[in-house]
Amino acid sequence: MSEQITGAQSLIRAMEHAGVTDVFGIPGGAILPAYDPLMDSKQIRHILVRHEQAGGHAAEGYAAATGRVGVCMATSGPGATNLVTPIADAHMDSVPMVAITGQVAKAAIGTDAFQEADIRGITMPITKHNFLVTDPDEIPRAIAEAFHLASTGRPGPVLVDISKDALQKMTTFNWPERIDLPGYHPVTKPHSKQVREAARMIVESKRPVLYVGGGVIRANASPELLKFAELIGVPVVTTLMARGAFPDSHGQHLGMPGMHGSVAAVGALQRSDLLITIGARFDDRVTGHLPSFAPDAKIIHADIDPAEISKNRTADVPIVGDAREILIELFAAIEAEFAAGNRGDYEEWWQTVGRWRDTYPLGYTHPEDGSLSPEFVLERLSAISGPESVIASGVGQHQMWAAQFIKYEHPRTWLNSGGLGTMGYAVPAAMGAKVGRPDATVWAVDGDGCFQMTNQELATCAINEIPIKVALINNSSLGMVRQWQTLFYNSRYSNTDLHSNRIPDFVKLADAYGCHGLRCESSDQVDATIERALSLNDAPVVIDFVVHRDAMVWPMVAAGTSNDEILVARSLAPEWDRED
Amino acid sequence: MSRHTLSVLVEDKPGVLARISSLFSRRGFNIESLAVGTTELEGVSRMTIVVNVESLPLEQVTKQLNKLINVLKIVELEDAGSVQRELLLVKVKVDPDTRSQVLEVVQLFRAKVVDVAVDAVTIEATGNHDKLDALLRVLEPYGIRELVQSGVVGLARGSKSIADRTLRPVDRTA
Repeated sequence: MSEQITGAQSLIRAMEHAGVTDVFGIPGGAILPAYDPLMDSKQIRHILVRHEQAGGHAAEGYAAATGRVGVCMATSGPGATNLVTPIADAHMDSVPMVAITGQVAKAAIGTDAFQEADIRGITMPITKHNFLVTDPDEIPRAIAEAFHLASTGRPGPVLVDISKDALQKMTTFNWPERIDLPGYHPVTKPHSKQVREAARMIVESKRPVLYVGGGVIRANASPELLKFAELIGVPVVTTLMARGAFPDSHGQHLGMPGMHGSVAAVGALQRSDLLITIGARFDDRVTGHLPSFAPDAKIIHADIDPAEISKNRTADVPIVGDAREILIELFAAIEAEFAAGNRGDYEEWWQTVGRWRDTYPLGYTHPEDGSLSPEFVLERLSAISGPESVIASGVGQHQMWAAQFIKYEHPRTWLNSGGLGTMGYAVPAAMGAKVGRPDATVWAVDGDGCFQMTNQELATCAINEIPIKVALINNSSLGMVRQWQTLFYNSRYSNTDLHSNRIPDFVKLADAYGCHGLRCESSDQVDATIERALSLNDAPVVIDFVVHRDAMVWPMVAAGTSNDEILVARSLAPEWDRED
Repeated sequence: MSRHTLSVLVEDKPGVLARISSLFSRRGFNIESLAVGTTELEGVSRMTIVVNVESLPLEQVTKQLNKLINVLKIVELEDAGSVQRELLLVKVKVDPDTRSQVLEVVQLFRAKVVDVAVDAVTIEATGNHDKLDALLRVLEPYGIRELVQSGVVGLARGSKSIADRTLRPVDRTA
């Protein structure tokens, strides 16, 4: 007879079989049985976080930085509902994540029992798939399927909800030899006819742009992207989710497109006659007013998810498949076109986009009162900490500046909440990234608003020896909202002043959490403060960069307007067609 | 806007109906009718879903449906190439003067009376949407006390099964 173990032991064994080495979570009533055998696991390190939301974001940061599935755990009811935000976040940004939650006992389900919430029902629209397991024999299969679903095809979050009695009952452990999901067959190999058609269009186009999205990073396709881009020699733009997919230092890179993209990147998309779209989804933050987006462009749209193709913008050549395989096959198809004597001529196009790039580089001015410029802080952070560092950011002005002024050379060095725009992502995501890549320097670039949503995880970092570094861009306000109030609400600052110049004292806060707290208030201290932070590796470091509060993110395409209306600075539109 | 009938094979797993109906609502599509039941295959249910959408949004909704792990296959049932039926139960007021007229209507529509009371009859009718609409229009003047309708169920004409590969799936991508 097979060995009799509890459902909880079966769960931990299943997680070990799935290759789990790190879990972020908090125990509670319904998940309690699982925490007992977890204590004995030699393979799995459990990190006790201070809030389940942070556990979820830590799993996301871990996954985004390493490519492995991030795992978080919580109890039923409020534990599970606290995971809703990170699960929704992972869903929007295609992050491979498995969330394991305890549920009340099977007999109590549906009775409004203590700490009962229908987390399977709640997370249905924000997971790739989810399971409610009430039979202990089903635990290994559910875990195996969850990890398979989370990590294959278009990655995403999968939730496994397990009733307390299923964890307590006796069962035998059977790891499924193969995954049997008859309704799940992600297409990874692109259709060769579509690839050939795409190659033909590329060599015939006059103003092509490689529009690169986060799918390239999820597919580990950066080396293939570089080869392909250099072969065809066209301008490249990387979306917010794709920062690092293509080196910023590369001569073909025009930067980030979108609401706060560079003039060259936005302008190139608008004037293009062919968008070669790889793993991007025509998000409204990239397209602006959709009907006027890239009006003359034909669209090649390559994505692993067929539902993304022609969702927002109709594709002329749809290619369903894995970004890496697509880029490899596109490379071969282009070589075949070259061999047949068909080669694109983009000389004139490069002159045009080159002029935009030279005329409208990203820029900023130092405040006249001598206070600190946030852009300068991030520019120096980038230069001093270097491109091997991993940067996790919150959401808002500091996120845009971190995307613009920090230079990325490698994939998985830029982690952020792009789709959902979750304030509070940075600190826990940095924690997760540091756990997954302990040898990397990991920064959380955070705002004073975001930081106060999840800064309790400094305790987790300090206690578990996860020495992240926090660059707090403290402008004492909800900066991006304030910027919109400046521009669109007649400078009426309703509820955006956080008074974080007075309360809390972030240096004391860091100290209270067992971290190093540093403060920097002027340009001449910036380098020394960053260098000091880099030298402190025995505990987390928080730098309170007190910056000028009126700094704004430029360029900007106002929400709902056309990308053609991009402003380089307030009331300053670029000249697109200047005669030289 | 036009009516489309989707026949969807799904794994018979808990929550699958909720997954499908919530997908329609969160993507902004109204389900006109939905019927679900078992099939000749064990563990597989079949849903017949009628939606009112343009063809491009229909493509989007079928792609989204295909992403659901429990969805096995989606086929659009064209009007001409399929048999589609719904069931209607309707309780109509009658008095000694109108009773025979109502019974005549029942005969004309090849419906049947399944319950009789002193001042009402309950009629059962099956047919496609248009036929049942017509029946209700004729019965309306007598006074409809209450009615209930099933969702549409449908099968493609001919000898093939939805599980055959020869039937063209709605999802046209790639």
